[in-house]
Amino acid sequence: MQLSENAKLTAKLLALAGSMLVFAVFIMPPLYDAFCDITGLNGKTGDRYEAVPAAVDSHRKVKVQFVASQNESMPWDFRPSVVSMTVHPGEPVDTVFLARNPTTRDMVGQAIPSLVPFKAANYFHKTECFCFNQQTLKAGESAELPLRFIVDPDLPPGVNTITLSYTLFDVTEKFTRNLNNKNADSEREG
Amino acid sequence: MAHGPKPGFSRWLYTTNHKDIGSMYLWFSFTMFLLGGCMALVIRAELFEPGLQIVQPEFFNQMTTMHGLIMVFGAVMPAFVGLANWMIPMMIGAPDMALPRMNNWSFWILPFAFAMLASTLFMDGGAPNFGWTFYAPLSTEYAPPSTTFFIFSIHIMGASSIMGAINIIATILNMRAPGMTLMKMPLFVWTWLITAYLLIAVMPVLAGVVTMMLMDIHFGTSFFSAAGGGDPVLFQHVFWFFGHPEVYIMILPAFGIISAIIPTFARKPLFGYSSMVYATASIAFLSFIVWAHHMFTVGMPVAGELFFMYATMLIAVPTGVKVFNWVTTMFRGSMTFETPMLFAIAFVILFTIGGFSGLMLAIAPADFQYHDTYFVVAHFHYVLVPGAIFSITAGVYYWLPKWTGNMYNETMGKVHFWLAFIGLNVTFFPMHFVGLAGMPRRIPDYSLQFADFNQIASMGAFLFGAAQIVFLFNVIRTVMGGKKATDEVWDNPEGLEWTVPSPAPYHTFSTPPAVR
Repeated sequence: MQLSENAKLTAKLLALAGSMLVFAVFIMPPLYDAFCDITGLNGKTGDRYEAVPAAVDSHRKVKVQFVASQNESMPWDFRPSVVSMTVHPGEPVDTVFLARNPTTRDMVGQAIPSLVPFKAANYFHKTECFCFNQQTLKAGESAELPLRFIVDPDLPPGVNTITLSYTLFDVTEKFTRNLNNKNADSEREG
Repeated sequence: MAHGPKPGFSRWLYTTNHKDIGSMYLWFSFTMFLLGGCMALVIRAELFEPGLQIVQPEFFNQMTTMHGLIMVFGAVMPAFVGLANWMIPMMIGAPDMALPRMNNWSFWILPFAFAMLASTLFMDGGAPNFGWTFYAPLSTEYAPPSTTFFIFSIHIMGASSIMGAINIIATILNMRAPGMTLMKMPLFVWTWLITAYLLIAVMPVLAGVVTMMLMDIHFGTSFFSAAGGGDPVLFQHVFWFFGHPEVYIMILPAFGIISAIIPTFARKPLFGYSSMVYATASIAFLSFIVWAHHMFTVGMPVAGELFFMYATMLIAVPTGVKVFNWVTTMFRGSMTFETPMLFAIAFVILFTIGGFSGLMLAIAPADFQYHDTYFVVAHFHYVLVPGAIFSITAGVYYWLPKWTGNMYNETMGKVHFWLAFIGLNVTFFPMHFVGLAGMPRRIPDYSLQFADFNQIASMGAFLFGAAQIVFLFNVIRTVMGGKKATDEVWDNPEGLEWTVPSPAPYHTFSTPPAVR
C-alpha cells in the first residue's frame, strides 16, 4: 500500500521532470523564435517576402544604412557597394554586397542579418537576399551578392534611419559535413 | 528489530539508512567546499597584486569556472540534501526516507560526477574556462575539448538532484506521523518541500541546455550558433530560466534552518509561522518570472526591462516578511549566543545586506553600470556565503550533538564564528567598492587603482579559509568524543528530533510518535 503510493508519486514527479526537459529542448527555442519574430526583438528580418504592389509614399524618406562584418574566423572581404541610401517606403530597391574569397581554398559563407531599430524589423521586407542561401566562393573568386528590399509604408513614424547589418560566418566545415552525410546516405540507399 | 549498521566499508556502499546517507552527503559536500575554497584562494592569491604573478590567465579562468561549479553543485546543494536526509524523517516522525534505495543511488553517483568534472583539470586544453554560467558561444564554439566531460557531469549531478528531490517530496507527503498535518511541519521541512519542487522543475532545464550545447558541439545543430540561424541569447534565456530558481534552491532550505535555530535560542516560538510558509511559496513562484534580470544589458525592449525589474523588486516583499519574522522572534526573547545562534544572527544581518545590493542590481537602468563588475560578485557572495554556507554551518553546530551524542567545543565554535565572520566581511565588503568603481569580474589582472581593496579582500579570504580548518577540527573532535549531550541538547527546543536519544539511534521512529 505504502509502496504503491510512493511509486505513484515517483512516477508523477518523474513525468514532471521529463516534461520540463522536453519544454527546455523542444518548446523554449521555437517559442523564443516565435516571440522574436512577432516583436522583432533580436533584429532578425523575415524570410523571403512576396511583393504585393503598394503605393510608393514619395513624401517620406527613409535612410537605409548597410554594415558588413566578418565573424572572427572568416577571411573573406565583404562589404556593401553603397554604405547608405535614401529610399521611399513602398519602393522596391536593389543593391549589392561585394564578397571576395582571398584564400586558396573553396569556402562556403553564410550571412546573418540583424537590423536596428528592432521595432523596424517587421517593416523591412526582403524579396531577394543572398542571406537566404549559403554562398560558395572558389579560391580567389569574387561575387556580387544581390539584395532587393521594400521598406513597408506602415513603418512606424519616427523611424528615419534603418541600419541593416550582415555578419558573414564561415560555414565551410558544417556545410561540407552535411553534404558528405547526404552523399553517404544516398550511397547507402543506392 | 533493533539491529545496527553493517561493519566495514560495505556499510557505506550499500546503506539505505537516511542517517548514513545524510552523513555521506555532508562529508562529501565539505570535501567539495575545501576543494572549491582552494580554487578561490588561487583566485585571491593572483588578485593580491595587479599584474600576473602566480597563474596564467587561461588557468585563472579555469579556476573561476570550477570554483563556481563546485561550490554551487558540489558544496551547497549536497549539504542541504544531507541535512534533509538526516533531519526530515526525524522531524516528521518517519522511520526513514520514502525511497531508500534511490537515496543510496542519488548519493553514490555524485562522487563520479565530480571526479569527472575535476579530471578535466588534467586534460589537454584544460578544464572548462567559460565561467560557471557557461554562456554560448564561449562554451560551444570556443570551448576546450574537455567541455564534453563537463556536460556529462552536469547530467549526472542533475539526475542525482532530481532523484533526491523526488525522495524528499515522497517522504514529506507520504511518511508523516499521524497527526503531523502540513501546517504543523517544521519550517525546514516546508522549505525543503518547496525547494524539491523547484529542483524537479528546473534541473531538467539545466540538463536540456547542456544537451543543446552537446548537440551544437558534436552533432551540427545550431541552437546557439548565429551562423546556422540560432541565437546565443537563447542560451542565456534558457540558462537563467534554470539559474534563477537555482538561486532560491540554494537559499530556501537555509531559511528553514534559521527558522529552527532562532526560536530555540530566543526561547520564544517562531513569530508568524504561516506567513513564513506563504512567503516561501511566493518566493518560489516569483523565482520563475524574474530570470531576465540577469541579462538586462542583452538588448531588451523597455517593456521587458520594466517587467523584470518590478517582478524582481517584488521578491523583496516576502523576503522582508521573513526577516521581519526572525527579528520579531528575537525581540524580547531571553537570548543566549551559542555558536549556532551566532551564525544564525550573522545570517539575518549579512543576508539582508546581500538582499539590498540585490535590489540595487534590480534597478534596470543602474544595472548597466554594475553589470559584470565586482559589485555583482560582492552581491552574490553576500547572499551565498552568509546565506547558504553560514546557515549550513549553523545547522551542523545545532544538530551535531544530536547526531554524535557529544557536545562540540563551544570556545572553538566561537573562534570559528568570529574568524569566519570577520574574514567574510573583509573579503567581500571591499568588492562592493571596486565594483562600483568599475572593476570587471573574471579577470586575472586589474588597474592599479583597485590594488588596495583587492589586497584587503585577499587577506580576508585566507582568514576565512583558515576558519574552516577550525570547523573541521571541531567537528572531528566532536565525532570522536567529548562532553555527553543530553537528549534535548538545548534549552527546551521544539521538534520531534529532540525526543529521540542522543546520539540518535540507527533506527528512529520505527513506531510513529504521538504528535501533539
